[in-house]
Amino acid sequence: MADMTAISIPAEVPRQKAPKPIVPRPIVNVSERHEARVAWMLAAPAMILIVLFIVAPVIAVITLGFTDFELGYSTFKFVGFENYAELFGDRTFRQSLWNTAIYTAIVAPASILLGLGVALLIESETVGRSFFRTAYFLPVASLLVAMATVWQYLLHPTIGPVNSMLAMVGLPGPNWLGSAGTVLYSLSMIGVWQTVGFNMILFLAGLTAIPRDLYSAAEIDGAKSPIDRFFLVTLPMLGPTTVFVTTISIINAVKVFETVKTLTEGGPNKASEVLLFTIYQEGFVYLRVGYASAMTVVFLAVLVVMMFAQYRLVDRKVHY
Amino acid sequence: MTQTFNLGRAIRLTLLSLGALIFLAPYIFMISTAGKAQSEIFTSSLSLIPTQFFYLENFAKAFGRVSMGQLLWNGVVVCGLIFVFQVVIAIPCAYAMAKLKFGAARLLMALVMLGLLVPIHATSLPLYVAFDSAALLNSYTALVAPFSISVFAIFLFLQFFRAMPDDLIHAARLDGMSELGIVMRVIVPNAWPAITAFAIFSVVAHWNDLYWPLIVVSNQAYATPPLGLLFFRAAEAGDDYGALMAATLIITLPLVAAFLLAQKRFVEGITMTGLKG
Repeated sequence: MADMTAISIPAEVPRQKAPKPIVPRPIVNVSERHEARVAWMLAAPAMILIVLFIVAPVIAVITLGFTDFELGYSTFKFVGFENYAELFGDRTFRQSLWNTAIYTAIVAPASILLGLGVALLIESETVGRSFFRTAYFLPVASLLVAMATVWQYLLHPTIGPVNSMLAMVGLPGPNWLGSAGTVLYSLSMIGVWQTVGFNMILFLAGLTAIPRDLYSAAEIDGAKSPIDRFFLVTLPMLGPTTVFVTTISIINAVKVFETVKTLTEGGPNKASEVLLFTIYQEGFVYLRVGYASAMTVVFLAVLVVMMFAQYRLVDRKVHY
Repeated sequence: MTQTFNLGRAIRLTLLSLGALIFLAPYIFMISTAGKAQSEIFTSSLSLIPTQFFYLENFAKAFGRVSMGQLLWNGVVVCGLIFVFQVVIAIPCAYAMAKLKFGAARLLMALVMLGLLVPIHATSLPLYVAFDSAALLNSYTALVAPFSISVFAIFLFLQFFRAMPDDLIHAARLDGMSELGIVMRVIVPNAWPAITAFAIFSVVAHWNDLYWPLIVVSNQAYATPPLGLLFFRAAEAGDDYGALMAATLIITLPLVAAFLLAQKRFVEGITMTGLKG
């Protein structure tokens, strides 16, 4: 190991001079101590900033969740679990959790399946590969707030092209973003449109990594149809990619905010109120920082649960 | 693969083309509508080519209401600063963790893993209170500072540096280079693939971010592109979709153009950094 050259012969520890109660010094020589000091210096800026911008704010948000702090008031007091008790009874918050769950339940599976489907189609096609890849990936590279505005025009109830097309075939177009019954589905559709390309790229990378001989081996073993080979080779080999894509898709869906803020502001009648939008509204519009912090803790808990679920899955299921 | 045209292939190509058409439709309508006069938008939304070309008028309106140049400049400054800070701070740290022995490496690793879990949405309340009491709202500092540290960058570079041969570093040490010198003259030149991949990830993420700018900026002078577009929408009463589409076109174009020019890098970057959305 090249590493060993850095450690020279341990310095002699004189026995007779060591009656001190201090634990015998670990055998470090000058160069190793120097190395540790340099390492500290190189890592210090990052460490300080992690504490300042991640660790301290997380501790602060958990603490604030137990207070009645409101911006603009100089005093606050600890109220125990009162904020959490209020959360349970808060109809807006419950609606918001429910809407986020529905949105995630639509967007995550749809964008994973479509991403996989498009990746498989592109992978097995020889013509226009890069064109298709670009077309499906373009929404990922586009500014979501801007594209949401375009969708608002497309889905406009009277002058929008989508309803004009529906009218041409004699179907009545709904008020996509304006009615409580359809708004969440319309937002989900925009969400799917925006994320399919991202998942597709990850699946394409996963597909390219599958050794070709596995397919020929499967064919010799009797998996004659492409569908058999898909279930025998492709799907299991995509296991790790799928776990990643699933986690990212779920976490990103839970974090939906841009489209809601741009297009609906949670409306109509709270039908598109989602978790981050509710936190934003409580914390930064009504300035109820304590209450919003309690919501944030719930949001963080959701993310932590997702991550642990992923680690367990990776550990258990996808070792080859 | 056979080039023969069979039924399966026909279905495949049809599916792919139809899908691509749906995915590209918003762009087609954006470009078309940005050139239409108000009256035309209200009457015939399905004809793609404007009867009268209203591009100049709509773009003039877009530039007139909100200073688009300022928005794009703010976007460039904020994304540029964030990226530079992230790289300058993360690379030495990742190098120390990957190649040097020191006691705090395990603690740091734990901090990094913890940090990967925590998005800006979770830390924004205390950060907002802090920036507010420091009278730093509406400033580049407020927009940039919270993102100066990217645990994801540390994580990515750490993976990359671990794979670098130790001999390279030992040779440099024997040449009498300091550790900082090694970082700058040996590590960085060998880490370009990781740095470009991270650059794409970082710029896409922060160019598009609405949440944090919305919280700390209320003054148009510091608005980033997404926030500026929100201001523009607020100022634009009613349904002047022509001007609105012109504005969205201007704001979407830089990143899309960058993507089209450097597609290969984008795809590599997303694949390499794909762990995080």
